[in-house]
Amino acid sequence: MSTTAGTTQQLVHNKVSLALHTLRVGSGTPLLLLHGLGEHSPSTVPEVAARWPGPIYALDFTGHGQSSVPAGGGYSCEILLADVDIALRHLGGACLLGRGIGAYIALLAAGARPELVHGAVLTDGPGLAGGATHISAVTEIATVGDRSGHTPDPWALIELSRDARPANYASTFARLSVTGPNNIDPIAVCCVVRPPWIEAINEEPGVMTGLSAQEALESYAAR
Amino acid sequence: MYSLGTYVVLDPGIVRTDDDDVVVDDDEPPSKKLETIAKAPKPNTPHSKYLWSRVRKNITNHTTRHFGGRRVIQPMTNLPSFPGAQRPARSYRTDADGVSIATYEWGNESDPPLFLVHGGSDFAGTYDVFAPIMAAAGYRVISWDHRGHGDSDHTALYGWDADIRDALTVMSSITNKAAPVVAHSKGGALMLQLADASPYRISKLVNIDGMPSKRRMPDAPDHDQTRMMAGEITGWLDFRHEAALAYRKPGSLHDLAMRRGKMNPRLPIEWLEYLVTIGARQDDDGWRWKLDPTMRFGGFGPWRPEWTLLRMIALGMPFLGLIGTIDEPMGWGTRPRDLVPWIPRNGRLEAIHDVGHFVHIEKPNEVSTMILEFLS
Repeated sequence: MSTTAGTTQQLVHNKVSLALHTLRVGSGTPLLLLHGLGEHSPSTVPEVAARWPGPIYALDFTGHGQSSVPAGGGYSCEILLADVDIALRHLGGACLLGRGIGAYIALLAAGARPELVHGAVLTDGPGLAGGATHISAVTEIATVGDRSGHTPDPWALIELSRDARPANYASTFARLSVTGPNNIDPIAVCCVVRPPWIEAINEEPGVMTGLSAQEALESYAAR
Repeated sequence: MYSLGTYVVLDPGIVRTDDDDVVVDDDEPPSKKLETIAKAPKPNTPHSKYLWSRVRKNITNHTTRHFGGRRVIQPMTNLPSFPGAQRPARSYRTDADGVSIATYEWGNESDPPLFLVHGGSDFAGTYDVFAPIMAAAGYRVISWDHRGHGDSDHTALYGWDADIRDALTVMSSITNKAAPVVAHSKGGALMLQLADASPYRISKLVNIDGMPSKRRMPDAPDHDQTRMMAGEITGWLDFRHEAALAYRKPGSLHDLAMRRGKMNPRLPIEWLEYLVTIGARQDDDGWRWKLDPTMRFGGFGPWRPEWTLLRMIALGMPFLGLIGTIDEPMGWGTRPRDLVPWIPRNGRLEAIHDVGHFVHIEKPNEVSTMILEFLS
């Protein structure tokens, strides 16, 4: 990628403009950082990723950071997965380091695009747990008032904090992740908090546990 | 001779209302016809005023086109009609936090409200036969085009919660009291969730073939289902890359009706052609459905149909479920016996034989009689 560290590119995802930040230039497999719910991309390389040998990028999800805010919400984790897919195709593939909801999206991306995801490191952060599956959730809040159009989009916080993540759904993506060329342990669970979807994928082949995020990144960098 | 919605031009050039015959040159363009009618004596009785507004509305029935951001209004003439179909008496926009929702009403504003909720890929105009029957029975009937459907805004994102929130915005603009709701297909499933989460909003609920069961899930082993899901995921993701450029294929009015007929194989072509005049717009190169081209039939996600049934059995308000016995492409594939264990205590299920997914369109009189009885 012909970009400079500290610059931001705008990628098109339907009607949304996604901000992809270049934190470090270089050659080799890129590392793509995925932030937590309500957060935004860091402006510098975080310590956990400092030893990554290749270029490092960070993506602002729809309604977060410097990405645009759609009117009226309608968020789902699948839409954030599509955000990542736009960035993955742009970069030609990457290793993913996800925080909170970004960890769940990293899992979905590893299953959806096993040929483009060289490894997915799942870490703690906001939005890791998701919502319950059998609960009816409706908000009577009809407007976000002055917060409309600003990031993080309140509709994203409301809708994505209760996005249902059934265990068997997460397991399906873990199984799909081992169908690609990077099929040896493509997922690393490095979070301390263990919501049901994490417990479910822990049982799946191809999922590493017991490593720190740094160790997992070193393992993927060495491949 | 041509039809103006429910009002037929009796002789070429004469539109009959309650009070007067208004002479209109049938060869003149719609704008000229409107001018002639505008100069004619105004009707006096409330009903004739209503007829008058209907005639005006039909003559000025128009399509909107966008040229470089500029909205151009183009008259349309000689459009198909359908027996019993009436366009709403009132239409307006409701703002749902920046999303403009096209909202429609049939009947008197002073009558008690009744909300109609359409299904996926449909629009409020699919109630053009059913709604007038309910209005004539004494209801202020309110419906709306869901976001991305009909004349409502196309948005960047679509979701179950957002659809329910839009519904609540429309409903709150009419009343904050519990009101009866009749909902079809996906609209029915949406309203089951709303009824469960906000039971104080719905006094009685009629669900027309919107009760999903697990039956659509193929009877395949786990690993096969995983493989099938992989295809759905990559297909959907590939589409998202091109979504910004997506557009609906143009065609003649008849072409669009025939296309819809593949999804609605039991509905008459005359009805489908009528729907085109409402749910599609006429561009220079032909008609196009207004449905947002970035929306895709099917897809994947964590949602499981049985969650809806778990909500249904928990409902406390009076509930009527209607289901046809013939499976169709747009239906859920649910059989009456799949639903029996899930009918709530205050509810009942009616299976209507030899009818498909669009129960209220195939049998408007039978279904409306049943629903009016239930609502009373």
